[in-house]
Amino acid sequence: MNIDFISLFVAAVLAGTPLLLGTLGEILTEKSGHLNLGVEGMMFMGAIASIAASWAYEQMAKGAGFAASGFLSMLIALLAAFGAGAFGALIYSFLTVTLRANQNVTGLTLTIFGTGLANFCGELLGKSAGGFVTVSKATKAAFAQLDLFGLKNSASPVLQTISKLFFQYNWMVYFAIVIALLMAWFFKRSRVGLNLRAVGESPATADAAGINVTRYKYLATVIGGGICGIGGMYMSMVNQSGVWVHNCVAGYGWLAVALVIFSTWSPVRGLICGLIFGAFTIMRLYVSIPGLAMQIYGMLPYAATILVLIITSIRQSREHAQPKSCGTNYFREER
Amino acid sequence: MKQRTEHKEPFVRMVKRAAIAPGKAWAIRGAALVGALLMGALLLLILGHNSLGIYGEMARGAFGGAMYLKETARTAVPLLISAIGIAFAFKMQFWNIGAEGQILAGGIAASAVAIHYDAQFAAWAAETGSALPKVLLLLLMFAAAVAAGGLYGVVPAIFKSKWGTNETLFTLMLNYIALQYVKFLTYQPVWKMPGTSFPKIRMFDPIATLPKVFGVHIGWIFALLLVVLAHFYLTRTKHGYEIAVVGESTNTARYAGINVSKVYLRTMFLSGALSGFAGYLICAGADGTLTESTAGGIGFTAITVAWLAKMNPFAMLIVAIFIAALDRGAGFQSSSGVPESCAEVLVGIILFFMLGCEFFINYKLVFRGKEAVA
Repeated sequence: MNIDFISLFVAAVLAGTPLLLGTLGEILTEKSGHLNLGVEGMMFMGAIASIAASWAYEQMAKGAGFAASGFLSMLIALLAAFGAGAFGALIYSFLTVTLRANQNVTGLTLTIFGTGLANFCGELLGKSAGGFVTVSKATKAAFAQLDLFGLKNSASPVLQTISKLFFQYNWMVYFAIVIALLMAWFFKRSRVGLNLRAVGESPATADAAGINVTRYKYLATVIGGGICGIGGMYMSMVNQSGVWVHNCVAGYGWLAVALVIFSTWSPVRGLICGLIFGAFTIMRLYVSIPGLAMQIYGMLPYAATILVLIITSIRQSREHAQPKSCGTNYFREER
Repeated sequence: MKQRTEHKEPFVRMVKRAAIAPGKAWAIRGAALVGALLMGALLLLILGHNSLGIYGEMARGAFGGAMYLKETARTAVPLLISAIGIAFAFKMQFWNIGAEGQILAGGIAASAVAIHYDAQFAAWAAETGSALPKVLLLLLMFAAAVAAGGLYGVVPAIFKSKWGTNETLFTLMLNYIALQYVKFLTYQPVWKMPGTSFPKIRMFDPIATLPKVFGVHIGWIFALLLVVLAHFYLTRTKHGYEIAVVGESTNTARYAGINVSKVYLRTMFLSGALSGFAGYLICAGADGTLTESTAGGIGFTAITVAWLAKMNPFAMLIVAIFIAALDRGAGFQSSSGVPESCAEVLVGIILFFMLGCEFFINYKLVFRGKEAVA
């Protein structure tokens, strides 16, 4: 059997990045004690917002008669994606933190709402763009693969391989890795991060210690939602190369929720898990197993998630567990 | 140094209500619904559409004529049955979001029976000219669907009761696995539509389709029956009581001598079986075949139906019809330039409002200077 491991690795990284972003956003959210099942919805909102914002900017540039800058367009897309995800999370946190609605159902509703809204806006945009929305070449170029250190065409084949493995991804891959590392530092070393963990573990204790529980919960949820939104932007801008495709997030948000458990709420382990799951989602294109139908092979990421759920639940460890108050709302006057 | 001796009273604070008159609670919910519709109208208006016109069109598309009514009923039936199933699980705080997969499991099982045996049964019926073969085949399909849906629901319950495995994600992942399996079946020679390279499962012989009553397949009668049965089961039986106790607190349930694992398994079997039944009705009733869109999001929408209705089967009947009307209406008016997904957006907004309004039912806001009256 002939497997191109280098291509498989590269494809796994590319496929794993949106999962990683979604996972990181949800880890931050869950650390505040809130289980937001709306990742899929927030990713959808980020996906459409980034395309819509880039497209609007380009139309404006066209109208004003100057050439749209790819970098600026990318930046606008990034802000829009973050903003859209954060907006979804804001609705969620208003309902669950302030109004104490059930977290499971609110998250599910956010998924329904976000999915509907994104497809709705996508279709509307498509109509006004005459068929389908797509961003311009300049914006697409901003999401193209990079060539860090200029090693792509180096003379030595070893350097070429190293470059292919590590230095030729689009900028969002590196962006996601940086966020993961920053978040790991934040949870372990910073005071604010430790406070946040206290809020997630025991809000009553944190409250008694003088931590503003509500503010922490809101901020963590909203920023986490923004990061999920950026994951959605990856789906539309990189995976679909800037064209709006109906239902483009396609369950990735849900996989991200499962990955949070797999990576045991650790951003660094999230990096590895994102890579593994990225490989699962594309493996059927690289490693063929004779006699196995493509559709059965397509079950792999989902079946793997179930296995992971079962295994993590069997060997329960205290250290690698979900933040203790996750899923229950906090009301100071209720003991 | 100035010493602050007195705390300033906050501008507004919340007090938990001891009880609320049911009429008042429903008034709050009604107000939330109106608020949600207004919000939806505002959104459509911002996007440059005539909201009132769209609402009117939607109402016409859902109820304006016998054909539309039939379509709405056809959409509401599986939605209602699946929602009842979900309510069973949700009542015991078991977050079964796998109705989509359970519907498909039921659909697959029923279709397997139909695809493999419909020719034999049709021949038998032609030979004897009696209705017996049809009844027998439909019953076989029903049994297969209910068993398959139930088993598909039990699997996550087994792991939940044994190791506390997260059921939300487990049931969700099973949805995707069932969907992949349907895709797989569309390529199988036994199942495929003959004479086309397009992957599609063939239509069943008419003998494997449900009879119609008043123009809609007979499923609606069962759906109405199920509403009454479910209400009875949840409120008047020992099983129903056990579900409620487990839902309030598993520790209390254990202390009271309830076998929590048993309740999980039994209830999830019923929950899955009901969704499986819904899948059977879609395949044998509405579509006459199995497709990738057999479940088509019904399992997810059913969650919202169950929640909006506060797990009350009679309320679910009303909510299911309402949501089905939204869905059909949105599909109908999409010709006027507003995409069909606007139904999902509206459902989302309505749910957000409904979730939010529960707060005002459970809590009371006390403004500064007013004394809280308990």
